[in-house]
Amino acid sequence: MDMFEKLKILGESAKYDASCTSSGVDRRGGTSDGIGSASSCGICHSFSADGRCISLLKILMTNYCLFDCKYCVNRRSNDVPRARFTPDEIADLTINFYRRNYIEGLFLSSGIIQSPDYTCEQLIEAVSLLRNKYKFYGYIHAKAIPGADPELINRLGVLADRISVNIELPSQKSLNALAPDKSKSSILLPMGHITNRIKQNSYEIVKYKSAPKFAPAGQSTQMIIGATPDTDFQILRLSEAMYGKYSLKRVFYSAYVPVGDQKLLPPAGTKPPLLREHRLYQADWLLRFYGFKAEEILDEQHQEFNPLLDPKCNWALHHPECFPVEINRAPYEMLLRVPGIGVKSAQKIVTARRQTKLDYPDLRKLGVVLKRANYFILCSGKRAEGLIVTETGIMRQLMSASTVKELEQKGGFEQLSFFAQENNVDKFPALPSLPSVEDTVKCLTGEM
Amino acid sequence: MFNGRDVVYCYDGSFDGLLCCVFESFVRRETPIGITAGAQEQLTLTEVLDVPTDPEKAARVGLAIPKKISPRTEELVKIAFLTFGEDKDLLILKYLQKGFSVGGRIEDMLADDTVNALYRAIQHCTTEAQRMKQFIRFSDFDGYLAAVIEPKNKVIPLIADHFTDRYRNENFLIYDETHRMALVYHSNRAEIAENIYFEMPDAGAEEERYRELWKSFYDAIAIKERYNPRCRMNMMPKRYWKHMTEFSENEFAKKKSGTETIGVKPSLPRN
Ligand code: SF4
Repeated sequence: MDMFEKLKILGESAKYDASCTSSGVDRRGGTSDGIGSASSCGICHSFSADGRCISLLKILMTNYCLFDCKYCVNRRSNDVPRARFTPDEIADLTINFYRRNYIEGLFLSSGIIQSPDYTCEQLIEAVSLLRNKYKFYGYIHAKAIPGADPELINRLGVLADRISVNIELPSQKSLNALAPDKSKSSILLPMGHITNRIKQNSYEIVKYKSAPKFAPAGQSTQMIIGATPDTDFQILRLSEAMYGKYSLKRVFYSAYVPVGDQKLLPPAGTKPPLLREHRLYQADWLLRFYGFKAEEILDEQHQEFNPLLDPKCNWALHHPECFPVEINRAPYEMLLRVPGIGVKSAQKIVTARRQTKLDYPDLRKLGVVLKRANYFILCSGKRAEGLIVTETGIMRQLMSASTVKELEQKGGFEQLSFFAQENNVDKFPALPSLPSVEDTVKCLTGEM
Repeated sequence: MFNGRDVVYCYDGSFDGLLCCVFESFVRRETPIGITAGAQEQLTLTEVLDVPTDPEKAARVGLAIPKKISPRTEELVKIAFLTFGEDKDLLILKYLQKGFSVGGRIEDMLADDTVNALYRAIQHCTTEAQRMKQFIRFSDFDGYLAAVIEPKNKVIPLIADHFTDRYRNENFLIYDETHRMALVYHSNRAEIAENIYFEMPDAGAEEERYRELWKSFYDAIAIKERYNPRCRMNMMPKRYWKHMTEFSENEFAKKKSGTETIGVKPSLPRN
């Protein structure tokens, strides 16, 4: 089989893994041999036709697999063309793509062949070829194979920048149903092991400068969204717990794209729940950068995201008692909770207000987008001039442009009453219809 | 602070030259209405003041910036000098005039018009430099790497360190077609060459092969159920596509790719 065919098969079979970041580690080449460096904020080298970032050569070593996870294209029982790269081929492709600035490095995962240990050894061979023979200083993300010997995972972790174990399904029940060869513990065990290794390593490095670094860019995981009945709230709480307990750097969400007709799973042709995935990324962002708790975003009574509003707007509308906030005085944390004000804007406001009292034109100059923020702020005690506060007016501004268009076409605006339920926030507004999913999805990690 | 005067300063286009304009404006206690690089004959209506570049004067201003204003201002002004706006020189002069009067505090005066305009220009420039780190594509010609870019700002000084560190043991060239300048890195030494012309040679068979492998990976990684051209365009504006391998056409590609792609072959951008 020629390289073109292999790359097509093993690139396609890796594409459902959502993670493609190259962030978390800063490494200069300096005067060393070899090639490459890493930049802590990561670099996206391209964007595919679906708008997702391409940062790494994301491939499987092989898509042959002994396991039969129902949600996975590579499952044993699926009839698809199979291929396998040799470690040499992987190293050669990585280096040649890297030299041309196509990529930041390699993301190597694999189906399980022979045994988890054997598979892990093969990954180690490819990665160590890159590190030791080619002296490759670029980014490497490797998948820890569940069930592999911890000692092998240690060896992989010393060679890679980031390691991930995909939890894939958000509950034991779902795992039992769809991944008969896996269990929660077979996933959480290596995850916990890696967390401990990273912690231990940080001590070693302080003690002995030359101690090899273990996965310096940390650990990440992924969950599939929409393959199982798990709710948004369950998923978000699990993410929060994993950020806490396992100190994960990132949790990725991947909208389930049906891979053939199967019992227990959405039928072929079902559209991937992109809006839901998008809301999860927004909420995840709120957890990591905006100081929100999962329980503030969703709770037992509200287990699903509001499809019309992003989670931050939704929170703000349900907490009128917190607004309006005074731009010239509000603490940074509170500025961050204003719809339309992101981390950058909040930082600029805090800097600029040390020098002068800010008014609305000043905010515009700082690049703060007032379309949404207007309804939630005061400048020196004053509302923006000419601001007319009506229910539909606010809703219009808070929803994304495409949601507004969709609603208008369906003539749904009049029926949409939000504030009527202000004192009785039991449920979200009755939905005239769901907005078209594709349109609402901007980008996965877009700030709100 | 100083009064505006109906005069245009004319300097040689070098950074030192611009610092001399700043020097001159302090001596004359005035702010010109414009600054131009190189002789401009059409400007007959306004008085034109030729400002010769004097290394000593330039050094005096250059040293005063980090001391009297702030080290960060020095960095900012150097980046601002790479931006492409017509009024960038005047903006830098006004910024420095203000900086010398208020000191380091100027960095935080985000709501001030001059400061704001300068920061916006800088932001545009650093964003473009970042995009270059993302989207530059090299081709290999017998071991020598070459890339062509068409940035609006003179980004080469801003990306030089990144690429010379990353490709420290390669020989390579990045050619800026807009400004006719290049970063040339050879035998572990970097140099920025100006007023040059470079044309990309035809690719050899091996180079073609890796280009095609990259394209086939690029197509394979897209999920067609999630097709979203608008998002792609936001993240990767069309004006960069022209020099990107994944969007280039060639003979080899036509022969090789019998496979269906999901609208990934765009037409070339017009500008
Ligand atoms: S073990 Fe991994 S590759 Fe194999 S079927 Fe399960 S998810 Fe797919």
